[in-house]
Amino acid sequence: MPAIAIKGLTRTFGPVTALSQLSVEMPTGVVGLVGANGAGKSTLIKILLGLLPPTSGTATVLGLDCQTDGLTIREIVGYMPESECLPPDVSATEFLVHMGRMSGLPTDVARERAADTLRHVGLYEERYRSIGGYSTGMKQRVKLAQALVHDPKLVLLDEPTNGLDPAGRDEMLGLIQRISTDFDISVVVTSHLLGELERISDHIVVIEAGVLQRSTSTAAATTMSSLVLVEVTERAGEVIERLSSAGAKVVAGAAAQTFVVEVADGRVLDDIRGAVADLDVGLIRMQRRRHHLAEMFEAREEANHG
Amino acid sequence: MAEQNNVGVIHDIGFRHYDGPRLGRGWIVRSLLVETFRGAFGLGRPAKAKIMPWVLIGILLAPPLIFVLIIVLTGATELPTSYTQYFRELQLIISLFIAGRAPYAMSRDLRHGVMPLYLSRPFKRGDYVLAKFGGVALAMFAVLAAPETLLFVGALLAKLPVGAQIAGYAEGLSMAVILALVLTGIGLVIAAFTPRRGLGVAAIITTLVVVNALGAILSVILSDKGNASLGAYLSAIDPYNVVDGIAASWFSADTAITGLSSLGFTGGLVFTSLAVAIIGGSIAILLARYRKVGVV
Repeated sequence: MPAIAIKGLTRTFGPVTALSQLSVEMPTGVVGLVGANGAGKSTLIKILLGLLPPTSGTATVLGLDCQTDGLTIREIVGYMPESECLPPDVSATEFLVHMGRMSGLPTDVARERAADTLRHVGLYEERYRSIGGYSTGMKQRVKLAQALVHDPKLVLLDEPTNGLDPAGRDEMLGLIQRISTDFDISVVVTSHLLGELERISDHIVVIEAGVLQRSTSTAAATTMSSLVLVEVTERAGEVIERLSSAGAKVVAGAAAQTFVVEVADGRVLDDIRGAVADLDVGLIRMQRRRHHLAEMFEAREEANHG
Repeated sequence: MAEQNNVGVIHDIGFRHYDGPRLGRGWIVRSLLVETFRGAFGLGRPAKAKIMPWVLIGILLAPPLIFVLIIVLTGATELPTSYTQYFRELQLIISLFIAGRAPYAMSRDLRHGVMPLYLSRPFKRGDYVLAKFGGVALAMFAVLAAPETLLFVGALLAKLPVGAQIAGYAEGLSMAVILALVLTGIGLVIAAFTPRRGLGVAAIITTLVVVNALGAILSVILSDKGNASLGAYLSAIDPYNVVDGIAASWFSADTAITGLSSLGFTGGLVFTSLAVAIIGGSIAILLARYRKVGVV
């Protein structure tokens, strides 16, 4: 069963269409939901939580209908909003106990889980201090913790890396990955940056202006996109010709004397070496490159339009 | 081998899952109501949050204590103040209490954007409003009922006629219920539209003081012009007069506004429906206000 199944989902606000005929299935694990600001990510999350009725179409979360089973969904789903949402005058512990109770946990369980969850997101002694004095990174951790305190089956994280410095971003992304692998909780995480999500996601969904652009498993995408960047001293054209005739897929690079070869199997690397040696040109570098999903989408887009 | 592992090792037990009961909507609403009630008295909050409510409660409880001492010592045959009039006399203190407590219950979640976190939990938007209303109203009732109870106990200790005291006490408590609901409604509506807490406190106290003055002026001017009953009706701009009007009409209690006592059955109906309208209206306004909070 997919974690989330969406069929023909449309939501309009007056003349504005936030989501248009969206149909997509999100598997369990980490799903990255990518889109520019205003692409409809937050609207989608609110529909999934059962807080906003769709104009048309259906959505199910963990097999529950978003329009009729909102209360049950919210019992087993956690949500971390993008906006500031923490009162400054209470400690993280007090706040988490309260939020645990608000999710239906008995008080003693809420206390125990609040302490546990804060430890898991990396807040130790600070948790007894007022939230008002926390750094942005610590606040993001509290926000994440309140989404986890009631042991949900799925968490919806809206732009969790927003406002964090690069180190904080990496830590947050690592934490999100752990939620899926160590805690065994499915994650849907949104961002407007594809680059940071592709590292931790098992599946990527891209929406733009409320329309589905892509829904791809990243495992498939990255094996397909194993590339090597080659730079030679001269006669790059001849090398490319030789490789192409050997059956390799080659694209001329941005700079002169460079080109990119798709590595279908290990033989391609031997072919490159052979070609360079035969033509007696200097090989400056052979660099394995991680093909960013973004580039892949662009390339396909061009292919589609072309 | 196994023994070795047991010595001085902290096991990272990892993330623990929870399979126990998840108490539903009813428990959540009750918890929120209880927390609001406790918060109104600063319970479970730092000492600083306790000062204002308890100072005001102290002031509210002081006069009954003194009255009780007076009647016990002098052997007076009746209380220096009636149960129903007591609220009128300490009106300002009561207003200060609601002005401090309503924003405390409402503004924080609004100002710091906490609503989305509540909305993502297994209860409904309206439940939040009703739990907050219930919590503040209960706290307000407790604060109003306490001095009444003190008066009643004192009167019994001074061996005043029991029947009359029970009747007076019952009237006082029913007024406390109505006044608590009316003031909670007004206070929460103002607080819900002033997310800054200080501003909310000022707005509520200003409103209550201004309508009080207006009500008094209107009733005085109109009774001077020989239209005391119109003046009495118009004085209902002050919620305390609404409650007073109800007491005067149904319980024939003493009242500060001349004319309030002469309105009879019609007056009772008018003031009662006014009170119901204020309570119902404020809940409706609150529900409408919260329909927009936390949605895109």
